[in-house]
Amino acid sequence: MSPSRTRAPRRRTTRFIETRAALLFISPWIIGFLVFTAWPVINSAYLSLTDYDVINDPSYVGFDNYVQLFEDPKVGLALWNTFVFAVLSVPAHLVVALGLALLLNGASKATGFFRTAFFLPKMTPPVAIGILLLLLFNGQDGLINAFLGVFGIDGPAWTTDPNWVKPALVLMNLWTVGSSVVIILAALRGVPQELYDSALVDGAGWWKRTLRITVPMISPTLFFLFIVDSINALQSFTEAYTAFFGAGNTTYSNDAALFYAIYLFQQAFEFLHMGYASALAWLLFIVIMAITGVQFVVTRRFVHYEGGNP
Amino acid sequence: MRTPLVRWSVLSVSLALALTSCAKGTGGASAPTPTAGQFNPGATYSGTISAMGFGATDEIGSTRVDLAKKSLGGADVKLVEGDLDIQQFLSSVAAGDPPDLIYANRDQIGTFASRGAITPLTACVQGEQIDTSMYNKDALSQVTFGGEVWAIPEFNQVQITMANADLLKDAGLSIEDVNGSSWDKITAAAKKMLKAPGGKLQVIGYDSKLPEFLPLWAKSLGADLLSADGKTAQLNSPQVVKALEFAVSIYDAQGGFAKVKALRDSADFFGKGNQYAKNALGAMPMEQWYVNVLNDVSPKAPLAFDTFRTPEGKPLAYSSGSSWAIPKGAKNPGAACRFAKTMTLVDTWKAAAQARLDKRKADDKPFTGILTGNVKADAEIEQMLTSGGEPWDSGVKAFYEANKNTFSLPANPADKEFKDAWQGAVNRVLNGQDKPQAALDKAQQDAQKALDEAWAGWTKRTN
Repeated sequence: MSPSRTRAPRRRTTRFIETRAALLFISPWIIGFLVFTAWPVINSAYLSLTDYDVINDPSYVGFDNYVQLFEDPKVGLALWNTFVFAVLSVPAHLVVALGLALLLNGASKATGFFRTAFFLPKMTPPVAIGILLLLLFNGQDGLINAFLGVFGIDGPAWTTDPNWVKPALVLMNLWTVGSSVVIILAALRGVPQELYDSALVDGAGWWKRTLRITVPMISPTLFFLFIVDSINALQSFTEAYTAFFGAGNTTYSNDAALFYAIYLFQQAFEFLHMGYASALAWLLFIVIMAITGVQFVVTRRFVHYEGGNP
Repeated sequence: MRTPLVRWSVLSVSLALALTSCAKGTGGASAPTPTAGQFNPGATYSGTISAMGFGATDEIGSTRVDLAKKSLGGADVKLVEGDLDIQQFLSSVAAGDPPDLIYANRDQIGTFASRGAITPLTACVQGEQIDTSMYNKDALSQVTFGGEVWAIPEFNQVQITMANADLLKDAGLSIEDVNGSSWDKITAAAKKMLKAPGGKLQVIGYDSKLPEFLPLWAKSLGADLLSADGKTAQLNSPQVVKALEFAVSIYDAQGGFAKVKALRDSADFFGKGNQYAKNALGAMPMEQWYVNVLNDVSPKAPLAFDTFRTPEGKPLAYSSGSSWAIPKGAKNPGAACRFAKTMTLVDTWKAAAQARLDKRKADDKPFTGILTGNVKADAEIEQMLTSGGEPWDSGVKAFYEANKNTFSLPANPADKEFKDAWQGAVNRVLNGQDKPQAALDKAQQDAQKALDEAWAGWTKRTN
């Protein structure tokens, strides 16, 4: 028997032992994933084909729920609201986070303090942010309109005018920009100083250095935030629900704030249409996957990886 | 190639599929309906019963809970405080581990009953010999569904007219100008009491309290939003459209709903800085419990009260409130029934009222009464009231009078959808997105569709 023949089974045995050990080590996660993620996902696919009200047994209705999705005008409205919010909020979030991170990166003293200060608002519970929105953006006595008043601007009715509800939510969303600031700041600290030194020798100013060195060097981080923020925006729920459908307004609501996740929640837990809500969830999943896929393709050439594009 | 990874993957998917196959509801008829034999006024109970959605946070609650607990003859009561969490409640029923009692709004009962989440109380009422004639008829009709009583009414809420006496006087008006008996006078009064220097609203002349009080405005023209059998929506009838047009026009006359709502939201509603104490509101219809709040936090506020009246001058109020229901699969329905019964008995309410009276006396404040779903208890408690002088005595008199002139919406299996339909329509009009007729036409379609589907589901489940 040749040596290569004896080595092959041994390699397979070693690989099997290592794989088994690896699987055993990650088995707590696998079990958690199966029970708390995989099962609900598979189950929701099944429920989306049923009429189910939580209490009584689901009854199979085929693709009726999916047909209803296309006949329900509120689905289109909720998708549109969510899309507009995402288009406004994701770039605003990224630009503000990048700006603050650049400022912090340039600070020579008390950066730790500022980093904490910027991150602290992120600790505010989303429900409190929803209530805060109603206070800050109150058209009569809110701080935002008071600030605009200083410049002689008569602020809008942010919380009731359908044209201003989404901008108010976008601005309020900046309250939680701190986590992105910290992530971008970490990326900024990883940009090699020699690149800036060389650019300085060549006479590049701050703006040119930022545009030509900083942004390309941290583009993987910006891309990561772009994807994560987009997914978060498309699933946005708590702040808008609190402000316009929940504790903040028990009877008053505003269609302009009806995000897709809110409509899904209403169908599932207020109207008890769990089957239809499951179909709504699957549609949202497909929409997010499609948008994320498009983002990956379109933004690929703008992202610079030091080790080459994956 | 069958690597260990493939085998593990197959095992994982199989496990997931196996778990999925276990997923189902509890089944509409899996738990037996309690019989009258389970409910015996002489029986004593042991163990612990749990009640979800109720907190004995004041003397009215704690006194009654103590008496109800005592009536069980040994069993303890665990209160799950906070508003009833529907998701939590239904999940517990589906999982077969519900609380023994829930404390729910009466308008939720039809939906819970139609879905089989609660049990009918016919056996409970018969077994415990509960005299249902003592309950407010509107309250009882709100919890009667398919010919059976599904819950025991508890508190009651009605609306009266509340006004700022100083603003009325300054404008040369009286409470009769804003009590609803003349809609033209309300419009005129709203304009007279309004203060908006430079376009900035400082005083709301009249708040018609939309969207929540549309049923009241509609009923004052004789229209019900829902037919008496709970099956037909009547949202786009000419009277409802007219009521909505009028209530919205009140806001339009004051610069629009957005401004009124912004000022309303900026007020300290439950505190000393409330709209009446700050002279920021002329008048509005409001639920009676707010009289007690105002008396407590701003006893010197210049108030005037009357019932809300129809254009014919007749008092009118929309009755709503809370109730006790027993979930399907409750482990101790006998004790739950006894608890619900005792919580709402005349003597129990009287004991609670006495505790409130004693507390108010100690604080040198008047006892301004409480409204319950029990008409006999209300009559007895009315005799216990202490004078707080004017305007408070007028306020208390107004809400007791309103309580005798109520209406309510019947129980139905799609209450949330129905309410969402008409409130959504009102909100679209208030937000300037729709005209009243168009908004209510659409609401009518949505509400009727929801009602038809829900009633079909109920018929299917019960046949």
